[in-house]
Amino acid sequence: MKTSECDVVIVGVGGQGVILISDILGRAAVKEGVRVRGAETHGMAQRGGSVINHTRLGCKFSPMVPSGGADVLLALEPSEALRFAYFLKEKGVALVNTRPVLPVTVTTGKAHYPPLDRIISPLRDRFGEVRAFDATALAEKAGTAQAMNVVMLGALSRYIPLREELLLDALAQVVPKKHLDANRRAFAVGKAEVG
Amino acid sequence: MKEYLLGNAAIAKGIKDAGSGLVSGYPGTPSSEIIETLVGLGGIKHIEWSVNEKVALEVAIGASWAGTRSTATMKHVGLNVAADPFMTLAYLGVGGGLVLISADDPFCHSSQNEQDTRRYAQFAQVPLLDPADPQEAKDMVMYGFDLSEKFNVPVILRPTTRVSHARSDVNVDPTSSTSEGQASFGRNPARRVSLPVHVRPLHRELLEKQAAMEEVLASTPWNRLDLKGDHGVIASGLSALYAEEAILSLGLDLSFLKIGTFPAPSKMIAAMLRHVKKILVVEEMEPVLQEQVEMIARKVNPGVEVLGKGDYISRVGELDLLPVKEAIARMEGISPETRPTLDAEKILPPRPPSLCPGCSHRATYYAMHKAFGKNAVYPSDIGCYTMAVNMGTVDTCLCMGASITIASGIRLGGVEEPICCSLGDSTFIHSGLTGLLNAAYNNARITVTVLDNSTTAMTGHQPHPGTGLTATGEASVPVSLEDIAKALGAGFVEVVNPYDIKATIDVFKKAKEYQGLSVVISRQLCVIKALKAGVRRKPLSVNENCTGCKLCVEFGCPAIEFEGDKAKINNLCIGCGVCASICKNNALDVVK
Repeated sequence: MKTSECDVVIVGVGGQGVILISDILGRAAVKEGVRVRGAETHGMAQRGGSVINHTRLGCKFSPMVPSGGADVLLALEPSEALRFAYFLKEKGVALVNTRPVLPVTVTTGKAHYPPLDRIISPLRDRFGEVRAFDATALAEKAGTAQAMNVVMLGALSRYIPLREELLLDALAQVVPKKHLDANRRAFAVGKAEVG
Repeated sequence: MKEYLLGNAAIAKGIKDAGSGLVSGYPGTPSSEIIETLVGLGGIKHIEWSVNEKVALEVAIGASWAGTRSTATMKHVGLNVAADPFMTLAYLGVGGGLVLISADDPFCHSSQNEQDTRRYAQFAQVPLLDPADPQEAKDMVMYGFDLSEKFNVPVILRPTTRVSHARSDVNVDPTSSTSEGQASFGRNPARRVSLPVHVRPLHRELLEKQAAMEEVLASTPWNRLDLKGDHGVIASGLSALYAEEAILSLGLDLSFLKIGTFPAPSKMIAAMLRHVKKILVVEEMEPVLQEQVEMIARKVNPGVEVLGKGDYISRVGELDLLPVKEAIARMEGISPETRPTLDAEKILPPRPPSLCPGCSHRATYYAMHKAFGKNAVYPSDIGCYTMAVNMGTVDTCLCMGASITIASGIRLGGVEEPICCSLGDSTFIHSGLTGLLNAAYNNARITVTVLDNSTTAMTGHQPHPGTGLTATGEASVPVSLEDIAKALGAGFVEVVNPYDIKATIDVFKKAKEYQGLSVVISRQLCVIKALKAGVRRKPLSVNENCTGCKLCVEFGCPAIEFEGDKAKINNLCIGCGVCASICKNNALDVVK
């Protein structure tokens, strides 16, 4: 028996705004009357490290998406997409921002960052649908690179059982007023990118 | 009405709705957001960040004994610090209801161990509520005050990381709260003075109320028995959600008992054990529930097969749906699903958490190592700076404040090499003061470095007595760490700015030569705090003098990269300028 309507795993690097996406999903779900569960990373693990957020829409059980159980993997950074790809179902969808953020292990020369195709092609080999694009560039075009997470949210909006107007209402609740227009544009370009 | 709430925010709402007049705590992941949320909500008579967990609990006890409902919050290891008042409080009892929140961290996401607070509840013989999700956490904390007053005992709420840092749709409709009376302390030595003659009967009284507490707890909505097939699962707290989801997704007809309270409801457990032939106990960390199930089984159905810790459920780390599903499938003889493996991820560079670009701890440790050398011993402590373990200046980390005492023991045990220990400002105030006094008193010739970034950074920048601000942002007495160090007996006390590398190295060299107890306070505001406060410094850039020697790259600042055969400063640079002092070729300039 299916125990969750839609499981989303959102990954990235501390500071990219992973939690904001989950917050918007959760607020929209509550408005929609859909049960929702989320789990996030705080504390020591946050400082420049890999960040993972689980969001389960239409679920009344634990907040943790099981390995191999996610319907959508939303990755704000390409290497983090591959790092957490084991969460995705074989028929699942991976939405990947292709703009790398180099970890300190790479900047200090202790490790190498692989070329992009070595990250994306194993994803394409295994999963149902992979949409990879430079969301950071799209956010810059929309007005601010900071809104990269909202570009990704716009892309995600096509794959989840939540109405767009509720997502946009929630966006308006969590984003400062002066940045709202840029964020709305970011949402729209993200959605168009995967259309 | 429902809101999408963080577990800790839901707990905060519960505390407020229950009319808790005083809330005290010390920050610690995953508990810190409870007090932070309450500060934002307002309406509590007194909220404080205490200097440590023992102090927090004692302040809460004082309020409780004066009739005010009170709450103390901490992480699991904080209860070790507060264990002394806690154990005897169980005998003496409460006035106004007292709820102690001890947040466990299975898998040590941000902790030095994964101890199980349920063991403390057993140890002290006090009730414990084990929430599965934010809604239960909110409802339980409110119930906890009533229970505490009914049985005259403190009550523990024990959320885990996946409850405190989970979010879910939570019903936030205001509920009837107890009206607050005027606080007053009523003299009652037999219950408030722990003389032997008083506590002997109180110990007996505590034991005698156990059965009644269990009986009352059994009838709460957080325990639920569903008798079906002759195989069953018993699970507690969050594990019950994993178990229920596993049973449903496997489509099995299993009997199920969800436990949310401790002491666990033995009559419900006995009813389950009489009904089944085989049972799996699912719980994170210690086999607290399983031991109780096994004891009851010996009395009511010795033939029942009890599965759990050891073969089926791990005692280490945290659970999630898959291991629980696998354990249940194995009990039922169903072959496990094959898990997807993805070897491609092996090509990825590790991304461990690290000190921020421009973090002053990195500069302090660099200067410390330059002055003390590689043969020195470097005991350290708990805070962001523990992440500098690869800089060669973090040789030990045991518990809050232990850097100073471990350093003392290493010296007094006979080690002759230079010893320089380090701890943060908040950690120093939490439990470094007694160790420093002890080092002075017992002539431990060590150097103590206070990494003073003027905040409790790791847990989210809470204030402490050195900052001159309280939890609610009111002005307070800013205590001077240097005056404390002098008063506790340190003969050498110097304050340095770690961004001035050369001066810092000089002070460390003097401290190293000093024939006694020396204290170096390395003071520079946390970069995250500084950015939030609007401090802007000009970033640096690499000029043509760069020879590609990598000295700056090895410093490990995330703002310094190596591209081609030269160093490069990326856009993370906050302009601390330390790399320019490290460079031997004058190859780093401030951007004009």
